[in-house]
Amino acid sequence: MKKFAVQDHELVPSHVILSPEEVDVVLKEYGVEARQLPKIHINDPVAKEIEAKVGDVIKIIRLSPTAKKSVFYRLVID
Amino acid sequence: MTVPKRIGKIRFGLISPQEYRKMSVVKIITADTYDDDGFPIEMGLMDPRLGVIDPGLRCRTCGGRPGECPGHFGHIDLIAPVIHVGFAKLIRKVLRGICRDCSRLMLLDKEKKMFLEQINTLVDLGQPTDDVVNKVFSEARKHKVCPYCGGPQKEIKFERPLAYVEDGHKLTPSDIRDRFEKIPDDDIMVMGMNPETARPEWIILTVLPVPPVTMRPSITLESGQRSEDDLTHKLVDIIRINQRFQENREAGAPQLIIEDLWELLQYHVTTFLDNTVSGVPPARHRSGRPLKTLSQRLKGKEGRFRGSLSGKRVNFSARTVISPDPNLSINEVGVPMNVAMELTVPVIVNSRNMEHLRKFVNRGPDKHPGANYVTRVDGRRVKVTDKNCGEVGEQLEVGWKVDRQLTDGDVVLFNRQPSLHRMSIMAHRVKVMPYKTFRLNPAVCPPYNADFDGDEMNLHVPQTEEARAEAEILMRVQENILSPRFGGPIIGGIHDYVTGSFLLTHGERRISRRSLMEVLKKFDISDLPEPAGEENGVPYWTGKQMFSQVLPKGLDLTFKADFCMNCPECKGENCENDAYVVIRDGQLLKGTIDAKAVGAFKGKITDRVIKEYDPTTASRFLDEMTRLALRGIMLAGFSFGIDDEDIPKPAADQIKDVTHTATDNVQKLIEAYNAGELEPLPGRTLDETLEMRIMQTLGKARDSAGSIAGRYLGLDNSGVVMAVSGARGSMLNLSQMAACVGQQSVRGERIRRGYAGRTLPHFKRGDLGAEAHGFVESSYKGGLSPIEFFFHAIGGREGLVDTAIRTSQSGYLQRRLVNALQDLEVNYDGTVRETRGIIVQFKYGEDGVDASRRDYASPEHVHRIIQKVLKEES
Ligand SMILES: [Mg+2]
Ligand SMILES: [Zn+2]
Ligand SMILES: [Zn+2]
Ligand SMILES: [Zn+2]
Repeated sequence: MKKFAVQDHELVPSHVILSPEEVDVVLKEYGVEARQLPKIHINDPVAKEIEAKVGDVIKIIRLSPTAKKSVFYRLVID
Repeated sequence: MTVPKRIGKIRFGLISPQEYRKMSVVKIITADTYDDDGFPIEMGLMDPRLGVIDPGLRCRTCGGRPGECPGHFGHIDLIAPVIHVGFAKLIRKVLRGICRDCSRLMLLDKEKKMFLEQINTLVDLGQPTDDVVNKVFSEARKHKVCPYCGGPQKEIKFERPLAYVEDGHKLTPSDIRDRFEKIPDDDIMVMGMNPETARPEWIILTVLPVPPVTMRPSITLESGQRSEDDLTHKLVDIIRINQRFQENREAGAPQLIIEDLWELLQYHVTTFLDNTVSGVPPARHRSGRPLKTLSQRLKGKEGRFRGSLSGKRVNFSARTVISPDPNLSINEVGVPMNVAMELTVPVIVNSRNMEHLRKFVNRGPDKHPGANYVTRVDGRRVKVTDKNCGEVGEQLEVGWKVDRQLTDGDVVLFNRQPSLHRMSIMAHRVKVMPYKTFRLNPAVCPPYNADFDGDEMNLHVPQTEEARAEAEILMRVQENILSPRFGGPIIGGIHDYVTGSFLLTHGERRISRRSLMEVLKKFDISDLPEPAGEENGVPYWTGKQMFSQVLPKGLDLTFKADFCMNCPECKGENCENDAYVVIRDGQLLKGTIDAKAVGAFKGKITDRVIKEYDPTTASRFLDEMTRLALRGIMLAGFSFGIDDEDIPKPAADQIKDVTHTATDNVQKLIEAYNAGELEPLPGRTLDETLEMRIMQTLGKARDSAGSIAGRYLGLDNSGVVMAVSGARGSMLNLSQMAACVGQQSVRGERIRRGYAGRTLPHFKRGDLGAEAHGFVESSYKGGLSPIEFFFHAIGGREGLVDTAIRTSQSGYLQRRLVNALQDLEVNYDGTVRETRGIIVQFKYGEDGVDASRRDYASPEHVHRIIQKVLKEES
């Protein structure tokens, strides 16, 4: 039986864990500390699926009707 | 600098008697306040340890002077416990839930365990536990015998306001307190309370905290007499009764008297906490005025929360009735002289403005534009009076501040409540005027949602350069023509402005040189256009040419007017109704200017002008358009009277025919239904089908009556002009006035309520006919029959109730949204963040686009740009 994956659903936007270097770039761009980013819970189905750890920053690319792509960053918390 | 601290958590609980005593600085035993020399009596209600209010004295607790000392609580030891009114319901629930003998919560251990788990989960999630707790009490109450000691339980009746009767005996607060004291900690947790911070027995008061004098200051009247605060009065009552109670009890007074005194003590403590408990007569002042006690200080519109914390009053503001003045620019506001002489703008004196400001000061406060105050360099403020103005004017020095009166051109903020969107407060330029109302151009009524039936508006004068700059750049009326709500112009022509433009531009209105001059004399026009033609050797111009005078050069625009009949095949520029608007290089070539072109909310031309030119051009266009439209309507002449609702006899007869046929058809439908010949519509019962067919028939009748009237009412009828141009009203309104009002409805159905089987007693039961269920065959002009009038009132009331409910609901929704969103702001980098700098959106609205500049988010503007570029190249 094929394993069910949340990410396969078309309404679930793509989630990618950023490397520490990429995180630094993002934090610098917005002039914030990691705790000022929006949060995502470690038990979030997608976070679990991509095996995110607490402290990781996840980049989410959503499709937007007006902006085509809208980028979000969320800090994994527990 | 103090480091801002973050609140970790807030815990709500009850205060125990021990804690009350611990926080108390003095035990109050006497009801007296001040002695004969005017000094506070020790252990009285104004004990100096409770804080100070009299200047010159120092607090005996903290040593602070008035203003420094925050005040300190005292306490009164109550002779007998009393109930806290705020917890009357909780007491009832707990009493019924616990055993009357052993005080244990009457639930089985496993039930307790289950409920406790549920409560803990909810607490962890930060959710309210009310539902589970209510379930706990309702389950516990079901036990008629205690599961622990086996004691039989008795019904406890709650009698308003504060009596708990068990088996015919009233439980005293002492009895209740005794029971509560015995409840085990574990059971308290199941009741949703934390025994550490809120033991149930603490809601039965044995100690009463005495609020510090700082929150109940006494005032000294001019006669030298002291007047005490309402709270102090109430505390005096409590102490007096407490003393009498004690004396009587010590003297061994009969039980009856003791009970009476206990009741009285309960009454005074109750009204001290809340003077509006139902069933408790409010405590009154000697004058008969009800006392304002603790709960009254907090509750309601004028209470601490809504009145003092959420609501602020400001200086440099004015409020008065508004009235229209079409000669003002949309950016202006007419300010009455009286207001202008009271409101001031602070100006710092420098070498360049000294002479200018001296003139203001020299004129004094009573001659506009004068000055009301000057502030010297050392900060001393001098009131400018008629007597000292010359002298003060001479003394004027660099660095002084002059509060000069409001004059023409000052920037002020103008506001109308309810301030639901940002256009509810806009910046206007002052124009000082005679009389007593604020004046504004009717074209700015839509953003404020104002009319002139007695509306009042507020005006605020910014006091700093920054505030003025901000107001001018961000809040000017012309900067708010485009609404972020729908990206179109919210400011524009209304009512007569639309009618005027319509009358001026519809068809080929010929205008003589004389009329042309009269209309255009107020405009800044140096070159007249070429006459459109000659009639009997006399040149004439057209209304379209005149309208072109106010259009900006280079404007190209093509659209269908509001007035377009949606012909099956649009003939475009050759439209027979002159409803196809063509503007080329700022010249109106074809079409009629109506609401679609210049109206508020619609205004295609306004929209184009502001998006292709700039706000200044747009505001000039609106100013000139409104002025021209009014000249246009005055040139044509316009009125609407009762006889405009008349229709010729043949039309009236035709309408009568139509309505009669319709009622007959309804009758036939009913007969078919009774005979069982009616075919039900798919998915409907027979009754529903009949009802739908009847509604359909009567609806059609009203429509055809309307169209008959419409055929006889042409553009020579001013009502029709207003309706088709979009100025006011609709053809439906007109046909209701002239032809037939139509079916009255409640919740979208014919009227059915009233008597058994009928709407009014003189109809037959089960009569389904048109007239028995609210069909109004008459017109408003013709007049309604008494029965029709009654049905009309029923239908009309629904509308009134709906509006009342809608406004209150949307008001509450607005409050919640504002509370939730007020701390979010868009930063310069396009992110949306809240106060702690936490990012909510990485780009405002995902795309970072200002809603008022996105041109309805339609690709139309792309086509326009392409068209424009192509044309420029060719
Ligand atoms: Mg009004
Ligand atoms: Zn003090
Ligand atoms: Zn028991
Ligand atoms: Zn047409």
